Amino acid sequence: MTAVRLDRLTKLYGATAAVDDVTLEAREGELLVLLGPSGCGKTTTLRLVAGFVEATSGTIRLGGRDVTREPPYRRSIGLVFQNYALFPHLTVFENVAFGLRRRRVAEAEIGARVRRALGLVRLDGFEGRLPRQLSGGQQQRVAIARAVVIEPDVLLLDEPLSNLDAKLRHDVRLELRRLQKALSITAIMVTHDQDEAMAVGDRLAVMGSGRIQQVGTPAELYRSPANRFVASFVGRANFLDASPAPGGFVLASGLALASEHASASAGTVMIRPEAVEVAAEPRPGPNQFPATVDAAAFLGASWDLELALDGGERLMATVPAARAGTEDWSSGRRVFVRVDPAAAVGIPGSERPATPAHHEETPR
Amino acid sequence: MVWGSGFRERLGRFAFRTAAALGLGLVLLPLVLVAWLSFFSNEILSLPPEGYSLRWYGAALAQPQFIGGLWTSAAVALLATAVGLLVTLPASFVLTRRAFPGREAVVQLLMSPLVVPAIVIGSALYMAFVEFEVMTEMPLTGSVAGLALGHALLTIPWGLRLLTANLAGLNPAIEEAALSLGARPVVAVAKVTLPLIWPGVVAAALFSFVVSFGNLEVSLFLVAPGQTTLPIAILQYLQWKIDPTIAAVSVVQILVVAAGLLLTDRLVGLGRVV
Ligand SMILES: Nc1ncnc2c1ncn2[C@@H]1O[C@H](COP(=O)(O)OP(=O)(O)O)[C@@H](O)[C@H]1O
Ligand SMILES: [Mg+2]
Repeated sequence: MTAVRLDRLTKLYGATAAVDDVTLEAREGELLVLLGPSGCGKTTTLRLVAGFVEATSGTIRLGGRDVTREPPYRRSIGLVFQNYALFPHLTVFENVAFGLRRRRVAEAEIGARVRRALGLVRLDGFEGRLPRQLSGGQQQRVAIARAVVIEPDVLLLDEPLSNLDAKLRHDVRLELRRLQKALSITAIMVTHDQDEAMAVGDRLAVMGSGRIQQVGTPAELYRSPANRFVASFVGRANFLDASPAPGGFVLASGLALASEHASASAGTVMIRPEAVEVAAEPRPGPNQFPATVDAAAFLGASWDLELALDGGERLMATVPAARAGTEDWSSGRRVFVRVDPAAAVGIPGSERPATPAHHEETPR
Repeated sequence: MVWGSGFRERLGRFAFRTAAALGLGLVLLPLVLVAWLSFFSNEILSLPPEGYSLRWYGAALAQPQFIGGLWTSAAVALLATAVGLLVTLPASFVLTRRAFPGREAVVQLLMSPLVVPAIVIGSALYMAFVEFEVMTEMPLTGSVAGLALGHALLTIPWGLRLLTANLAGLNPAIEEAALSLGARPVVAVAKVTLPLIWPGVVAAALFSFVVSFGNLEVSLFLVAPGQTTLPIAILQYLQWKIDPTIAAVSVVQILVVAAGLLLTDRLVGLGRVV
């Protein structure tokens, strides 16, 4: 097992930094997910590690070894491409055997290792097929087998699931995680899909505008995002402009909001939709606000509500259907909103990445 | 697709098929005529023929300039194809993979033999070769090497177009996959890129061969007395005699090209090439 360390890594294209001063570690045996919107520099980061892009400055280490100036064919990296990039003229067997042949592995051992790798991705018996005779999901698994059969120090995957249909994507991501753990190989996976990132990643590195915004476990990022960008990229969130006050915040409309996560530097309060409790009658406790239902959608397991506080603030709320009982949350209905002080998280208002495409919330 | 069966649709289909048949006929007619003529027994061309014979093939074989011309043309065409590919293969890699200042100019330069009249290329080459001979005292005009060099120039635009089209259509990630699996760049090209663009390479070779084999204008300037290519031998013969010998020689010429096409079809399948 090998750790990957990126130290102050920068890649400039002309004057623009595709990767900007990135310091990041994928620990031994961990699956680190690089998550960020399109164009934020994820692929460039991965290609820097693979050796297809030359770093403008900074270093890349595999284990203790500085590989920053090493060509790709000397790095011992397994790569899975978004479009699989199988060799179309070679059989499945020869695709998987390609890296072993380059390493001059003995023929008998090649046969055994290729079969083991194909078994691992559940493609026994497909040795003689050509890539074009396989489905997208099968090609994907050949690509994974081809990358892991050489027992690389690191496995890199660039949006490996984005070419699969939704159902398959769900299965394959669990499969990927199982495989990565079974091989106990250090892996970095790139995606722009937050669900996917949270489902497979041991840790997530959220990227925006070429910079690492925050690194942490999915739960850490979800509960205490470092800034609004991360909060909006990991799960859905309400953002309310606020100024710090004793014991909490004062919202723009003048409403006082108690919070256990107040901080002097916070300019925004983040509240996850599932932390917004909605009831027909007021209940005892802090952070109780009258509101009107603006829009309601029944999603089976839950209701998605859009609420307008009487002060003017707008909130999204996700209310479990079971708790909602027989309640009818039709629009125009008067309700009472309650927010747990532990769920109102202050985040710095200033620390936004300068992204042109900035979302208040990220659609699932 | 499903074809409609209304009157207008049937009329349209009929018109389309007629046009296709006419086009094909127009292309094939001269070839069929030449082949037919070559078997006439009468010396003066007249219709209908007095009879059929193989005597003109015998007559062609008896003329050393045709046999010699055929060999010279074949040797020159093979050599020109090889030299042309030596230029166009590396050039097409660089031109599809790298952006550099002056790239467009290089493309235009390599494509220019297609634009400049062959007679101009021939005379320019002749003058250049003569200057070269004067300086180095190495005979270049009138040699197979000199002819092949001149013809190689003509093959370059064809090779370049076919190879760059094939390379540009290749997913660059495939070569990167090879590199990441431990293949050095030369190995990646040999094991992955070349096999994938092989139809393009064969097509480039075929077109190069045909362009050189049938060339008259450039050869006219570069042959020596006594050593001619097949097209020049045909031209010279025509200057003092018109009989079906020429038709017989032409049929042989057509057969050589047809053999090349068949070979290509066997190797890679013509459908994949053109
Ligand atoms: N070869 C290149 N030349 C110039 N700009 C590039 C090149 N590759 C990537 N970029 C730019 O770098 C930025 C990051 O790209 P990329 O790493 O592909 O993003 P992501 O994979 O996160 O979508 C983008 O703005 C892109 O336009
Ligand atoms: Mg990308």
